[in-house]
Amino acid sequence: MLAQFLQFLLSGLTVGAIYALVALGFTLIFNASNVINFAQGEFVMLGGMLAAYFLRSGLPMPVALALAVLVPAAVGVLMEKLTIEPVKNADVLTLIIITLGVSMIIRGAIQIWLGKGTYSIPAFSGDTAIPVLGAMIATQSLWVLGLTAVAVLALWYFFNRTLTGKAMLATSFNRVASELVGINTNWVLCMSFALSAALGALGGILITPITLTTFDVGIMLGLKGFVAAVLGGMGNGLGAVIGGLLVGLIEAFTAGYISSAYKDAVPFVLILLILFFMPRGLLGAKVTDRV
Amino acid sequence: MNRSARIGLSIVLAVLLVLPFVVTNSFYLDLIIRMQINAIIVLGLNLLVGFAGQISLGHAGFVGIGAFASAILPTHFGWSPLAALVAGAVFTGILALIVARPILKLKGQYLAMATLGLGIIINIVLRNESQYTGGPDGMPVPTLEAFGLSITSDWQWYWLLTAMLVFSLWASLNLIDSPFGRALRALHGSEIAAKVTGVDVVRYKVVIFVLSAACASIMGSITAHYIGFITPSVSDFPHSIELLTMVVVGGMASVFGSLVGAVLLTGLPQALASFDGWETLVFGAILVGCMIFMPKGLVPTLAAKFRKQG
Repeated sequence: MLAQFLQFLLSGLTVGAIYALVALGFTLIFNASNVINFAQGEFVMLGGMLAAYFLRSGLPMPVALALAVLVPAAVGVLMEKLTIEPVKNADVLTLIIITLGVSMIIRGAIQIWLGKGTYSIPAFSGDTAIPVLGAMIATQSLWVLGLTAVAVLALWYFFNRTLTGKAMLATSFNRVASELVGINTNWVLCMSFALSAALGALGGILITPITLTTFDVGIMLGLKGFVAAVLGGMGNGLGAVIGGLLVGLIEAFTAGYISSAYKDAVPFVLILLILFFMPRGLLGAKVTDRV
Repeated sequence: MNRSARIGLSIVLAVLLVLPFVVTNSFYLDLIIRMQINAIIVLGLNLLVGFAGQISLGHAGFVGIGAFASAILPTHFGWSPLAALVAGAVFTGILALIVARPILKLKGQYLAMATLGLGIIINIVLRNESQYTGGPDGMPVPTLEAFGLSITSDWQWYWLLTAMLVFSLWASLNLIDSPFGRALRALHGSEIAAKVTGVDVVRYKVVIFVLSAACASIMGSITAHYIGFITPSVSDFPHSIELLTMVVVGGMASVFGSLVGAVLLTGLPQALASFDGWETLVFGAILVGCMIFMPKGLVPTLAAKFRKQG
C-alpha cells in the first residue's frame, strides 16, 4: 500500500519536474513580453530529439547533451528575432497565432529531417533502480529531480543576484520605465527566449531515457506545462514550479488509482476548474486594467 | 448588406452554379465538397475570432461532438440521422454555454485556454470510449436520410452543401450588419467603450460563441455522413489549429475571407501531395508569414489595395 503510494508519488514528481521546467519557460517569456509561447513544447521535443541524434552520430555524451541544449536556445533566439520582434506591438491574438505557427514549423522540420520514428537516449547512469521502502526509484528520476532543482536554484540566483537578471525582472514589471533607465528591452526579450528554450530542452533531454521521444511529443508536453503555469499563476516563477509538480502528481495518482486511460485528460479538466474558480492561479498577481 | 457584399455573394453563387459544368472528375468534386464543409465551419469560427475578438483553440472538439453524435445515436440507439444532428448541435451549444458563461466574464484570452482544454478533453473521451466510438480506429456512419430523401451521391451532397454555404454566407453578411453585429464589432474595437454605450458585452460574446460551436457541430455531422466513416482525429488539436489558420489566412472579420481561406487551405494538402510530410511545416510557415506580412489576411488586404487603386 505504502510502496504503491510512494511509487506513484515518485513518478508524479519526476514528470512534474519536467512540467515545471516547461512552465518556467512559459513564465519567462510571458513576463518579458506578455506572449504566451505555444512553441514552448517544441523546445522540449527538440532537446530530446537532438540529444538522440547527436549521440547516434557518435558525439560523446556530454558534448551531445550540451549541444542539445544550445541548439534549441539558438532556435529560441531566431524565433524571437524573426517572428516576435517584427510584430512586437501586435495584439495578443496575433502573437498567439504566430507562436502556434512557429511550433508547427519546428515540428514539421523535425518530422521531415528525423522522421516519425521513436528515439531514445540511454539513462545517464545506467538502468539500475534503487529500492526505497518497497518502491523502486530509477536513477534517471534522481537525475531529473536533481538537475531540475539545480536549474531552478540557478534561475533564482540569476534573477535575484545578477545585474542581467535584475534587468530582466525590471522589464517584466514595467517595460517603459526599464527602457528609461537604460535597459535594452529588446535584448531582454531575446535572452528570455534563449533561456526558456534552454530550460525546455533540458527537460526534454532529462525525460527522454524514461519516456522515449518522437517528433510530436512537444504538443502534449507543452500544453501540460502551460496548464502548470496557469495553475501556478501565469507569470509567477515559484508558482510555475509548484504548478508543474502538482500537475505531475495529480496525473500520476489519477493514472494509479482511477484510470490510466484518462490521465492525459486530468491537466485539462484542471485548467477548466482553475479558470472557473480561481482564474489568477495559486500565486498569480492581481491585475487591474487601465482604460 | 452593402453593394460589395451583394456583388460578392452573386459571384460566389455564379461560381457554384457554373462549377458542375466544369468539374467532371470525382476527385475534384470530393475536394470541392470538403472545401464547402470547411468554409461553413470557418464562417462560424470567424464570427467568434474576427468579430468578437476571442480565439477558440478547441473548435475541432465541437466538430467531433457533431460527427460522433451522428455516428453513435443512429447506430447504437436507433435515432433518425436528422434528430442525431440536432441533438449533437444542442448538446454542443449547452456545453459551450456552460464553459463560456463564467470564462467570458474574465478579460483577456482566457477563452483560448478554456477551449484548448475542452477540445482536448473531448478528443480523449472520444478515443477512450471505444465501446461507443470505436476508439482510435473510428466507426462507420449511416447515410443521411430526412423526410424520405437519402443523400448518397456526391452530386446530391454538392447541391445540399451549395445551399447551406450560400445560406451561411447570406446569414453572416446580414448578421454583421444587424444591431447584433454592430455590437460585436464595437466590443472588438474597445470592450470598455462598447460597455459604456450599453452593449451587454458578456452576453454577446457568449451568444456568438455558442452559435459558432453549434455551427461546427452541425458541420461535423455533415462531414461524418458525407465520408461515411469517422475517427476521433477529427476532434484533435491540430485540426483546431487548421481551422484557425483558415480564418487568419482568409482574413479575420471578413465573411468572404473565410471562404477564401477555407478553399485555399483545403486545397493546399492536395497541392503538396507529392511532398509527403511537408504539410505541418508549410501550414506553420503560412500562418507565421501571414501574421507578419498581412495581419489582416488575404481578402481584406487585397480589398484595401484594390480600393486605393480604383
